[in-house]
Amino acid sequence: MNALVQFAKELAAGRIRVVDLTQTLAPDFPTITLPPEAGQAWPFRIEEISRYDDRGSAAYWNNVSFSEHTGTHFDAPVHWISGRDLPNNAVDTIPAEHFIAPACVLDCSKQAAQDPDYLLTVDFVTNWEKEHGRIPPRAWVLMRTDWSKRTDPVAYQNYDETGQHTPGPDSDVVQFLVKERDVIGFGTETIGTDAGQAFHLNPPYPCHYFMHGAGRYGLQCLTNLDLLPPTGSVIFAAPLKIKRGSGSPLRVLALAPA
Amino acid sequence: MTPPLQKPKRKNPILRTRLPVPPPQARSRYALGLLRGAAQGRLELQECRDCGQVQYPPREMCRRCLSDRLDWKPQPEDGELISETLLRHSLELFFRERVPWRTGLVRLRGGVTVVAHIHADVPPPPARVRVRAHLDRAGQAVLVAIPERDTPNMADDKIMREMTCDPKFRKVLVTDGKTAVGQALVKALAKAGADIVWVGNAEPWKNFPGFDEIKSIPQVTLLNLDVTDQRSVREIAGEIAGRVDIVVNNAEVHRTYGISARYGTDAARAEMDVNYFGLLRLAQEFGPALKARGADGVNSAVAWVNLLSIYALANFPPHGTFSASKAAAHSLAQCLRAEMRPTGVRVINVYPGPIDDEWNQLLLPPKIAPGALANAIVNALRQGTEDVYPGDVAQDWLARWRDNPKALEVEASNP
Repeated sequence: MNALVQFAKELAAGRIRVVDLTQTLAPDFPTITLPPEAGQAWPFRIEEISRYDDRGSAAYWNNVSFSEHTGTHFDAPVHWISGRDLPNNAVDTIPAEHFIAPACVLDCSKQAAQDPDYLLTVDFVTNWEKEHGRIPPRAWVLMRTDWSKRTDPVAYQNYDETGQHTPGPDSDVVQFLVKERDVIGFGTETIGTDAGQAFHLNPPYPCHYFMHGAGRYGLQCLTNLDLLPPTGSVIFAAPLKIKRGSGSPLRVLALAPA
Repeated sequence: MTPPLQKPKRKNPILRTRLPVPPPQARSRYALGLLRGAAQGRLELQECRDCGQVQYPPREMCRRCLSDRLDWKPQPEDGELISETLLRHSLELFFRERVPWRTGLVRLRGGVTVVAHIHADVPPPPARVRVRAHLDRAGQAVLVAIPERDTPNMADDKIMREMTCDPKFRKVLVTDGKTAVGQALVKALAKAGADIVWVGNAEPWKNFPGFDEIKSIPQVTLLNLDVTDQRSVREIAGEIAGRVDIVVNNAEVHRTYGISARYGTDAARAEMDVNYFGLLRLAQEFGPALKARGADGVNSAVAWVNLLSIYALANFPPHGTFSASKAAAHSLAQCLRAEMRPTGVRVINVYPGPIDDEWNQLLLPPKIAPGALANAIVNALRQGTEDVYPGDVAQDWLARWRDNPKALEVEASNP
């Protein structure tokens, strides 16, 4: 019996849990907000083609529209200027084997509850490793903040007159994860992989800058990270195969021991 | 004296909702000339360019000299009621439901005698009156004789209520409460006595300056209405459309680009999505309920207001894609007016010049203040006009466009 048959049997027997890390694509789910004079990412929109009616008596179906960075979505290296010249940097050319990888879940939910502008640090990661072991190469690092439990879009976006206040990584920890731990990417529950105030970090949006500059990926608007163990889960995250696409909404599934 | 309008009792739910019946609509092409002035609340009659004769009713030729060179010109509104007929019976359904109804003959200061509906506060003839050109529930121009001087509650007279769309005691939807114009509209409508003001709050995490003040107005209820989202429009229409008497669609996106100043279509699409498709979505979801309530008692469904732009008539190239989206909305608003007309719900189109907001920062004055625009809209509802060109720039562009659209095209490209 090969490992995959064994895997299917474990799954069927309920010894492996499938955890859906995906937010529902819905028109009222927020999209990243930029100054109004800038180009804007389209929110998710859906309009009926027909609903068993005069427009199509046998069928219910819809037209949908969204940006590559709407809802739970994947960021490819080409998304950022630092990754623009890398080989295989778009969603259609990234090797498919990169879409399946183990995950380490760092629980920052207490810190984020106390400080919406909380920044993940190298110290936090090294302390986490003391308890859970070293982050293996080519693993996803997922920052659990329980931000996805903020189902009210106002609380989720958490804007005031100085902008958005949501947690994310600081500049040093991103470089540490890339250079010292060789992660495959970084994932968050918030609207972006960077903190809400990351425009004011150095460089601005360090997670985008360093991850994509090193050919690594991003996942954001994840949910259910609280259902994953700190280590031992595997993530399936395959973006839509958009020609020269910079990212895409996707269904992110985690496999975890039951 | 007209008794003041009382807040109507709640509707008796076991009675059939009365269907709208339009007043008589047949008019000759010449008689339709009255509409041009009446749509803006102006009394205009035919004047002969050759002999100066003012005539009524409208005809294809001057009844004195047979010239066909007739121009529609504003007329003095004052005159004398010289006779009166009290209509007690009519085979027209509209009047049958409303008799007794005063009509009469008024000799205007200009010398011509006209047929007019007569306000209840006008004394029996002979009496000094003013004659106003109004639009009736069919959207046709009619003349109404009102007292020489204003009387208390004169807007509450039954004939006036058939001509106007007063927000007093009515329930109003303002589709975007976040812009300066939206906030001014909400305040003005609440002050005008609206019973409920539902206020669109798209992207609720954005809290613009002044918006908290709107939330504190007692009549205001916020709605997560986003005109770009068909499902949100449908769900909110499902909740409230059956109670909305007046829709004020002020949701707009305004970017300041022509074709070459902005690469790509994203900004232009956003403008079209809100300014044109937003109106289409709202009209499809809210229109049917309003149409069904065009005669639903004292606070019937009565008006649909579209915030358009004077640039809908002629493109203003520095704001070229915005102008195009407003031209599309202007055209669709004509379609909406045609579909609403049989139900008595008036479509009021508002064509301001530049509004004094952040998107017109670089334009020199005059710019219309948001508060002035809101007041112009409330006045249009109260007076029953259906085409509104508020402010100096709008009036100037309208005059130039009517005089010579080709000249305006060239002038607009060298502002």
